Amino acid sequence: MAYGKKVLDHYENPRNVGVLDKEANNVGTGMVGAPACGDVMRLQIQVNDDGVIEEAKFKTYGCGSAIASSSLLTEWVKGKTLDEASQIKNTEIVEELELPPVKIHCSVLAEDAIKAAINDLKSKAS
Amino acid sequence: MLTPTYMDYSSTTPVDARVAKKMAKYLTMEGDFGNAASRSHYFGWQAEKAVDEARSQVADLVGADPREIVWTSGATESNNLAIKGIAHFYQKRGKHIITLKTEHKAVLDTCRQLEREGFEVTYLDPLPNGLLDLNLLKKTIREDTIMASFMHVNNEIGVIQDLQSIGDVCRKNKVFFHVDAAQSAGKIEIDLTSLPVDLMSFSAHKIYGPKGMGALYVSRKPRVRLEAQIHGGGHERGMRSGTLATHQIVGMGEAFAIAKAEMKEEHARTLKLRQRLYAGFSDMEEVVVNGDLNQRIAGNLNISFNYVEGESLMMAISDVAVSSGSACTSSSLEPSYVLRALGLSDELAHSSIRFSVGRYTTEKDVDDAIAQVKEKVEKLRDLSPLWDMYKDGIDLNSVEWAAH
Repeated sequence: MAYGKKVLDHYENPRNVGVLDKEANNVGTGMVGAPACGDVMRLQIQVNDDGVIEEAKFKTYGCGSAIASSSLLTEWVKGKTLDEASQIKNTEIVEELELPPVKIHCSVLAEDAIKAAINDLKSKAS
Repeated sequence: MLTPTYMDYSSTTPVDARVAKKMAKYLTMEGDFGNAASRSHYFGWQAEKAVDEARSQVADLVGADPREIVWTSGATESNNLAIKGIAHFYQKRGKHIITLKTEHKAVLDTCRQLEREGFEVTYLDPLPNGLLDLNLLKKTIREDTIMASFMHVNNEIGVIQDLQSIGDVCRKNKVFFHVDAAQSAGKIEIDLTSLPVDLMSFSAHKIYGPKGMGALYVSRKPRVRLEAQIHGGGHERGMRSGTLATHQIVGMGEAFAIAKAEMKEEHARTLKLRQRLYAGFSDMEEVVVNGDLNQRIAGNLNISFNYVEGESLMMAISDVAVSSGSACTSSSLEPSYVLRALGLSDELAHSSIRFSVGRYTTEKDVDDAIAQVKEKVEKLRDLSPLWDMYKDGIDLNSVEWAAH
């Protein structure tokens, strides 16, 4: 089981690792997974006044595929509206990273993470 | 890409060149390829001679009589033969078996199979350091207990069980005592002339012999009988049928002989290397050794780097070949059952790496590994939300996780 090239690339050069101010009104934070499963992702997005995601950051505790899935997601959501971002399907991540069947759950978790971040943002607005 | 440094000796070992050389003599037309069971001609006699010599070599290492050694295809088969063999043979005496939760799957799965057949198995919890609690064993033995199975050295955490004390308890209660010695034979002393052990499983490939070869020690004094699991010709005193694989047997014998001759020196060297490796991590934060550090086989270092997931670390330290207690590759997402049985938290179990050094490991290998591990752990901690939370003083046990 050699590691996929794209997965390795995201690990070697992760995009958007970091933290945003979770108290800020225009920042949404999604924390999903559990140490018991060996996968925890924290995804944060920052929107501008037009509701477009202008910044995204992540931190992940998990295997290479989990790191890659969350890293990829932060790349994809930048420039999207919240609605567009919530449309991202885990299957697209699987395809892009060429994840084997045993790693599909990593992409599912990433999809959960972005949805959680969007929900957090929406609950702040209301 | 250069081949990584091998530090997974607990998983398997390369065949020693001296062993391979000897094995090759028993394969082709130019060698002694005969069937050891062919009693009537030169080819059979040559093979038989080689098998007898190997049998003595194996017996010598562990203080057994050659007649007490049964050849098998490996420790897995030996475990199956021992446990099923005793259970089926002595079931009129009782149907209760005792073992430990940290045993190898070859023992656990065999016990599960026996449960399906109507036997009752108690899987004891080990102490947090991995050792068996003798008092717990004493309390668990019943009138209908026929056997107990405990491995000498654990494959994941390397802890060494006290066979003398356990055996004494079993003897006193007339319970057959089986020991899986796959990870211990050739590395630490085993003297079956004095140890109260009835059956013992051996593996060749853990001690620089070939894969697909093992043996089972079956005591003659006191006599232990078992029901064969493989039938067809009655080889090995009726205990294990099948034409003997001379080259494999010769390999195992030679590997065991070398181990006996070099054990003391190799133990000292391996221990030094393991200690050097551990010392290399001593200035790092949140590092935990899993299993007792003293009652431990020289080559094993099972260690958790908290807040860094094991598989990601293994991928990161691509120049070193090791294994991890994280089960990210298994569909159940559960970490090592051995580490869980020790009472380890899930994070620590998922964060564990098993380094096992051996005969061909050098000091440079160890130093290079230390450097790589330190660098990658730091990098992965920078990526880890759990590390952030730890640094912020948040107690991870108090968090409500949104797992799916």
